[in-house]
Amino acid sequence: MNEKKFIDVIAYYDSDGNISPLIIRWENGEEYEIDKITDIRNAASLKSGGAGVRYTCRIRGQLRYLFLDDNRWFIEKIH
Amino acid sequence: MRKILHSDCNSFYASVECLYRPEIRNKPVAVGGDPTKRHGIVLTKNDIAKKYGIKTGQTIWQARQLCPDLVVVEPNFPLYMRFSQMAKKIYLEYTDRVESFGLDEAWLDVTGNVNMRDNGFSIAKDISRRIKNELGITVSIGVSYNKVFSKLGSDYKKPDAITQITKDNYKRTAWTLPVGDLLYVGRATQKKLREMGIYTIGELANSNPVMLKNIFGKWGDLLYSFSNGYDMSPVKKYSETDEIKSIGNSTTTPKDLCNDQDVKIVVCILSDSVARRMRERGFKGKTVSVSVRDTGLVSFTRQKKLDDYTNITSEIAESAMELFRNSYGWSRPIRSLGISMSDFVGEDYSCQMNIFEDQSRKNKLERIDKTVDALKKRFGSSVVYPASVLLDRELSGFDPIKDHTIHPVGYF
Repeated sequence: MNEKKFIDVIAYYDSDGNISPLIIRWENGEEYEIDKITDIRNAASLKSGGAGVRYTCRIRGQLRYLFLDDNRWFIEKIH
Repeated sequence: MRKILHSDCNSFYASVECLYRPEIRNKPVAVGGDPTKRHGIVLTKNDIAKKYGIKTGQTIWQARQLCPDLVVVEPNFPLYMRFSQMAKKIYLEYTDRVESFGLDEAWLDVTGNVNMRDNGFSIAKDISRRIKNELGITVSIGVSYNKVFSKLGSDYKKPDAITQITKDNYKRTAWTLPVGDLLYVGRATQKKLREMGIYTIGELANSNPVMLKNIFGKWGDLLYSFSNGYDMSPVKKYSETDEIKSIGNSTTTPKDLCNDQDVKIVVCILSDSVARRMRERGFKGKTVSVSVRDTGLVSFTRQKKLDDYTNITSEIAESAMELFRNSYGWSRPIRSLGISMSDFVGEDYSCQMNIFEDQSRKNKLERIDKTVDALKKRFGSSVVYPASVLLDRELSGFDPIKDHTIHPVGYF
């Protein structure tokens, strides 16, 4: 998971401009719903290489970091 | 006593590149001009490249001779701008007195934000930690009671360090540094000082101020006060230095404009205001935009790039007029008109000489503008104006600077 891969995301923009990712779509077209966002903060990703808004997401029982870097999304495994 | 921080992003461009490319983090890296061409130069290098003796300003091929394995990365300025903004956003959470010095350095006045016993060190620690976590790069921060010493502090130890220069320790810290480390002491000044036997900042501080003044003039006073920590210059507020991306004026005219002649009158007045405000701020711009709204309330904006940066009133008026003529077919009379300039550089920016253009004519126009500015400042905006505005006093009888009909770009 060290390699940085940008992915498709379906997100919700509220009227204040806040962005919440709802569904991520993998390369093969498979979709994963985000069950819960447990934390949102600005953060750098040393592992994948990037920086932006980091969403800690629970997806099918597992935690993953989802980064919004400028205006592209990438995902990182939490060790 | 003031509490001033100076924060310096370590090897800024190279650090950002290394963050985004984990595979080159452990290699010598230089960010520089087009690596395929021979004439590119090193803009920044990482610490590993530094160990090979690679210096900023060297040509890429010189650097490659020192270190054949050097990884050369082309600069990505939009990315560095974004990181600079992200850092500034963090600084602004602690104070509105944030003065940028280039993309990678900034002063912060945090006097009002810490308790009496704290000299700003706690904020420095906080900022350093946050930049590391949120931007993935490191900063060196100097903590002191004036801008000059805080900058010395941020240079004192790199990377990822905090150095305090206090009233108690400045003789042991700042004064031991070579005089060339002091802000604004360049090579020429350094050489003269060396001839006087002055090698360290402490030696400068303890030299005879009268002698310094005799040799350097007013500059000598400044050197003396800088080296003694007497510098009182304030940290400017964020908005005073940054973020001005355009200057524009617009007006809904007292009566509808029906032909080019009418438009020219209004363009003259608006250009005069825009150009004067640019000169006041010390800008030259390269992009001129004209916004038009007709009596049917249909509006559009057109812009074009000029051949060269300018803040000359007549040049701005002429290009605005030309742009207008090329983009409006007089389907209806015009109700409101706006002009704005953007794409700024400082007015001391050395312009590219154009072989088809008469530079002395430009210099003359600049001198005329300067003189007219001084007159207008003293006697009001209507003391001098182009003859064309006399054609219709109803149209020209407004003062855009006083009336403050100022809109940001894209307002229409």
